[in-house]
Amino acid sequence: MLRYVSQLIAKTWVMASVGVIKLLHDPTELITRAIQPILWLGIFGEAMSRVRAIPTQGFTYLQFITPGILTQSVTFVAIFYGLEVIMERDMGLLQRILVTPTPRLALVWGKMLSASVRGVSQAIVIFLLSLVLHIHLRITTYSMLGVLILIVLGSGFFTGFSMIIASIVKTRERFMGIGQTITLPLFFASNAIYPIAIMPSWLRVVANINPLSYMVDGIRALLVTGNVTRLSYDIVVLTIVTFAISLLSAYMYPKVVI
Amino acid sequence: MDNIIISVNKLSKSFGSFQAVNNISFEVKRSEILAFLGPNGAGKTTTIKMLITLLALTSGDATIDGHSLIQHPAAIRKVIGYVPQMISVDGTLTVQENMMLMAKLYDVPYCECQGRIQEMLIFLNLEKHARSLVRTLSGGMIRKLEIGQAMLHRPRILFLDEPTTGVDPIAKRNIWEHLVKLRETFGTTIFFSTHNLEEAEDSSDRVAIMNTGEIAVIGSVAELKEKSKNKNATLEDAFIFFAGNSIEMEGNFRDIRTARKTERRLG
Repeated sequence: MLRYVSQLIAKTWVMASVGVIKLLHDPTELITRAIQPILWLGIFGEAMSRVRAIPTQGFTYLQFITPGILTQSVTFVAIFYGLEVIMERDMGLLQRILVTPTPRLALVWGKMLSASVRGVSQAIVIFLLSLVLHIHLRITTYSMLGVLILIVLGSGFFTGFSMIIASIVKTRERFMGIGQTITLPLFFASNAIYPIAIMPSWLRVVANINPLSYMVDGIRALLVTGNVTRLSYDIVVLTIVTFAISLLSAYMYPKVVI
Repeated sequence: MDNIIISVNKLSKSFGSFQAVNNISFEVKRSEILAFLGPNGAGKTTTIKMLITLLALTSGDATIDGHSLIQHPAAIRKVIGYVPQMISVDGTLTVQENMMLMAKLYDVPYCECQGRIQEMLIFLNLEKHARSLVRTLSGGMIRKLEIGQAMLHRPRILFLDEPTTGVDPIAKRNIWEHLVKLRETFGTTIFFSTHNLEEAEDSSDRVAIMNTGEIAVIGSVAELKEKSKNKNATLEDAFIFFAGNSIEMEGNFRDIRTARKTERRLG
C-alpha cells in the first residue's frame, strides 16, 4: 500500500511536470486563451455594469463577475484537456505509457495538476486585467492561497470530467463538439455572472449541483466580499467531487487501441 | 536459469463473436529474435497486446520471464519494453525529455537516469540531437529513439510491432544493426511483428506465421521452407503455403470494419 502511494505521488509529479515542460516549450496557448477573459471583462463586464439590473451585494458588477470570469477561464482550459488524451491515444503514446508500471490514477492526477498550472496562468492574466480596469480585489496571502486551492480543485474536477468524455468518444471532432456544447450551459447555469437568487427555481437546482458555482462562490468570498463563512463548505464539496471524478476517470481511462 | 522466457499456453481472445486469437501455444527462448508474421487481421497485434498486458485475455495464460499474465501483470510490465507501430514519442518534447519521461515512468533510479540516457543516446548515435524537439527528427531517428526509450530500464524482452514500417531502407538497416547490438550487449529477447518477409528472414532466429487467429507454423526459416513441401521454396512461398489466402476470402469491408471497431471498443 505504502509502495502504491509513493508510486502514485512520484508518477503524478512526473506526468504533471511533462505538461508544464510542454507549456514552456510553446506558451502561445496561454496568450490565445487570455483573449476570451479580456473580452468578457473588458466588453461584457463594462457594458453590463452600466445596466445595474443585477443585484451584486453592494459591489460593482465588474467586482462581482471577476471571480466568475476567472473561474470560467480556468474551467474552459480544463474542459478541453481531454483532447490531449485523445491525441496521445491516436499517436500511440498512450499505449506506451499504459505498458509502464504507472498507476492510472497517477496519469489522471498528473493531467489534473498540469491543467491547474494553466489555470493559474489564466488567473494571473485576470489579476493583471483587474488592475488595468481598476477592479478592486482583496489581494492578500490568505486570499491568494485560497484561490490557488480552488483553482487546483476546480481545474481538477473539469479535467477529470473532460478525460471521461475523452474515454467515451473516439474522435477529436466528437470531443470538441461535446466540449463546445457543454461549456456555455455550465457557465450560464452557475453564479458566475448573476447570483443564484435571481434564477428560476429549476435553474437554481442545476446551479446548486454545478461544481462551477462552488468554485465561483469560494473565489468571490476570498477576492470580493470577504465573507468566508461558506468557504470551507465550498472547498469540502469540491474536494469530494474532484476525488470522486478522478477515481471514475482512472477507471474509464482510455484503455487500448488495436 | 530457465532458457524459456515466453511460454504461451492455449491463449485466446475474442471480441463478441469475433475470434481474434484462437488457442495459440508457443515458446520463445532467452536472447532469441522471433519474427511474428501473418496477413492483416491474423491476430499478431492482438497477441502482442495480450503479452504486454494491454489487453485482457479471454482464456489460456502465458508466462513472461516466470510471471503469469493473469496473476502478475504488474511484474511483467517491469521486465518488458514495447515499441508500438504508431509513433509513440511526444513531438513537443526534446529527445532528452522523452527519454527522461520513460526513465521515470519505468522507475529507473534517479541517480542513474542521466547516465543511462547518455549511454543510450551514444549507443543509438542520437547524442547530437539530445536537445532537439522530436518533431524535427527523421522517421529513422524517431524509431531509434523509441527503441532507446524502451530499453532504458534494461528489459529482458523487447516487443516491437512492425518496427520498420514507414522508414527508408538505410534507416531500416541501421535500426536492425542497433537491435542486434542490443541483443548482444544486454541479452535482450526480441519479439517483433512484421509484414516484411525479407526483414524476418534476415533478422530473426525463428519465424512464427499466424493465420486467422492461429499459429500456422513456427520454426527457423530453413524449417519453414522445408515444411512447405517445396525444395526450392522461398520464405514468401512458405508464407503463402501456411497463411494461404483465407483472409481475403473472409468477410466484406463492413464486417472487417465492424470487427475492428468492436476490438477497439472492447479493448
